[in-house]
Amino acid sequence: MEQLLSIFITAIFIENMALQLFLGMCTFLAVSKKVETAVGLGIAVVVVQAITVPVNNIIFNQLLREDALSWAGMEGVSLEFLGFLCYIGVIAAMVQILEMFLDKFVPALYNALGVFLPLITVNCAILGATLFMVERDYSFAESVAFGVGSGVGWGLAIVALAGIREKLKYSDVPEGLRGLGITFITAGLMSLGFMSLGGISL
Amino acid sequence: MSSRESTRKTLLVAFCLCVACSIVVSSTAVILKPYQDENRLLDRNKNILTAAGMFDADVDGNDVVAERFAEFTTRVIDLETGEWLDDAALQELEIDLSTYDQRAVINDPRYSEPVPADEDTANIKRRVNYPLVYVREENGTIDTIVLPVNGYGLWGIMYGFLALEGDANTVRGLAFYELKETPGLGAEVRNPRWMALWPGKRVYNDNGEVGLRVVKGPGSGDFQVDGLSGATLTTRGVDNLIQYWLGDTGYGPALDQLQELN
Amino acid sequence: MSSKRKVLLSPIFENNPIALQILGVCSALAVTTQLSVTLVMCVALTTVVAFSNFFISLIRHHMPSSIRIIVQMTIIASLVIAVDQTLQAFAYEISKSLSVFVGLIITNCIVMGRAEAFAMKNPPAISFLDGIGNGLGYSVVLITVASLRELFGSGSLLGYEILPLIENGGWYQANGLMLLSPSAFFIIGFLIWGLRSVKKNQVEAKEYRMAPNSSGEESVA
Repeated sequence: MEQLLSIFITAIFIENMALQLFLGMCTFLAVSKKVETAVGLGIAVVVVQAITVPVNNIIFNQLLREDALSWAGMEGVSLEFLGFLCYIGVIAAMVQILEMFLDKFVPALYNALGVFLPLITVNCAILGATLFMVERDYSFAESVAFGVGSGVGWGLAIVALAGIREKLKYSDVPEGLRGLGITFITAGLMSLGFMSLGGISL
Repeated sequence: MSSRESTRKTLLVAFCLCVACSIVVSSTAVILKPYQDENRLLDRNKNILTAAGMFDADVDGNDVVAERFAEFTTRVIDLETGEWLDDAALQELEIDLSTYDQRAVINDPRYSEPVPADEDTANIKRRVNYPLVYVREENGTIDTIVLPVNGYGLWGIMYGFLALEGDANTVRGLAFYELKETPGLGAEVRNPRWMALWPGKRVYNDNGEVGLRVVKGPGSGDFQVDGLSGATLTTRGVDNLIQYWLGDTGYGPALDQLQELN
Repeated sequence: MSSKRKVLLSPIFENNPIALQILGVCSALAVTTQLSVTLVMCVALTTVVAFSNFFISLIRHHMPSSIRIIVQMTIIASLVIAVDQTLQAFAYEISKSLSVFVGLIITNCIVMGRAEAFAMKNPPAISFLDGIGNGLGYSVVLITVASLRELFGSGSLLGYEILPLIENGGWYQANGLMLLSPSAFFIIGFLIWGLRSVKKNQVEAKEYRMAPNSSGEESVA
């Protein structure tokens, strides 16, 4: 339990997907002009992470890993090289299913999150979380904690950045730096802030 | 073109694509597998040799690795008892030296166990009970023994090899091969100049306790290694790792036996 | 001929995928502490964009729109697997330091973006060139960032010492910040500033305009 909590907190603050590992930058920079949309996107990412990371964990452990297929009489077979294809397939399929499910049963939520869901398929934070999960060899329970934690961390970062950008638009930024340039520098300063959380041991 | 959106066409395209991609993917994987395995082995052996002070990346090429590594024999230690495992014991545990990977079995309860929190000074959570150690003999006596070690630094677990001389008391070298420490600060544990501080240091003091420490400021004497400036937590991590793995919790029992042998 | 050249060259400065279109920034930030690693990443990405553009364009007339995205994904993922396997076989140490970032080429927005925006509408040969062009545009930014970070962060380029460090008896005190992640954000931010100071047409419009100061008399009234 303690270890799960540690993975969860580490994923949010210490190894923040957006600010320490630079994942999901495209959407992070493009969809952070308003807090409201940032919150919507953040929640969508948490939901998708919480589903895809554990699902990919099952696929990796039960199908792809070396000797995982021994129940089918195939000893010593490792399908790890198929990893990327499977993970991205799972992510694309999950996002699609989630979209259809929300559309049918929770239209209010669909209206709020709907536009972001297709964006999420190509968000590297999602695939990145899965790849880190595989690289660090998490168990199922750990992968749930990591999935949710990394989603929350990413969501937190984008909401914070959107909050800053909402105020930033009133400031008089040099011409060439306006928009994208100053956003990069803001994100850099935030990342510097998050670095001070390093070394916290739980 | 009108049939482009029909179900049949969709299925056909999907099928052809899957076949084409699977051929490409599996053939690259199969053709390149031997090279990859070779690389992985080469990399590990290089790390072991680096710890033992027998490989310098600036001078030596990959061609010398196989030859020099052949001087080592691979053994397995039982951490509980400190005994070397003989062939019968290995068979009983189903350890095949050519395929056994101690990093891969870290979650397998047959080979590893959780480290109790009060003992876990290196903060590694789980450890393998049957680590692979590499021994080099010269004229029938042990000359070098290379032990795999790991411990938590600033950002994550650092993995490395610690090489001791045959007396199981003098350090021959410490080399990390995988870490997430801050570049330029903590990651300087891989700097050759820092690594050069280790050879010759002593491990156990007169009372038989681990006397080797990584200290802040200039280290002095046989037992102290100068810590890295600007990387307090990494330094502490290395210190914890030494205390854990060389103490009774780690290789202590095995090293005691080795010392008695001498 | 000139159109081909335009396809190849315009993504480098005029329409740079990173600086202007904010595509594929993730890896631009994460793999730029060492120039040698960056170079490998650039080659890997350029190869993937070029070939994915080529193959997608080749079958663009046969692609049913209902499974378009997943077909593109499959092609891209297969190419990335091939590249990843090749790197592991022939450049093991670099592939270790790239860790998951090779895999993340799959979701690199440049690859998907070019497939969707260019390869779906153009014949294979020109799509291939477009892929190379965009790969080069990406490489230019990455290589610049990596050169700056390695030069000022560890005083060397490609591992060769350029600025002798104090620790090695030289005069340069390495700037540790350059090796940390935030510096990549700063460098790209300033690069964009530089680029836009030269090419004024890329400057973004102001979102908010301050009202002119009201004069004293008005405010009294």
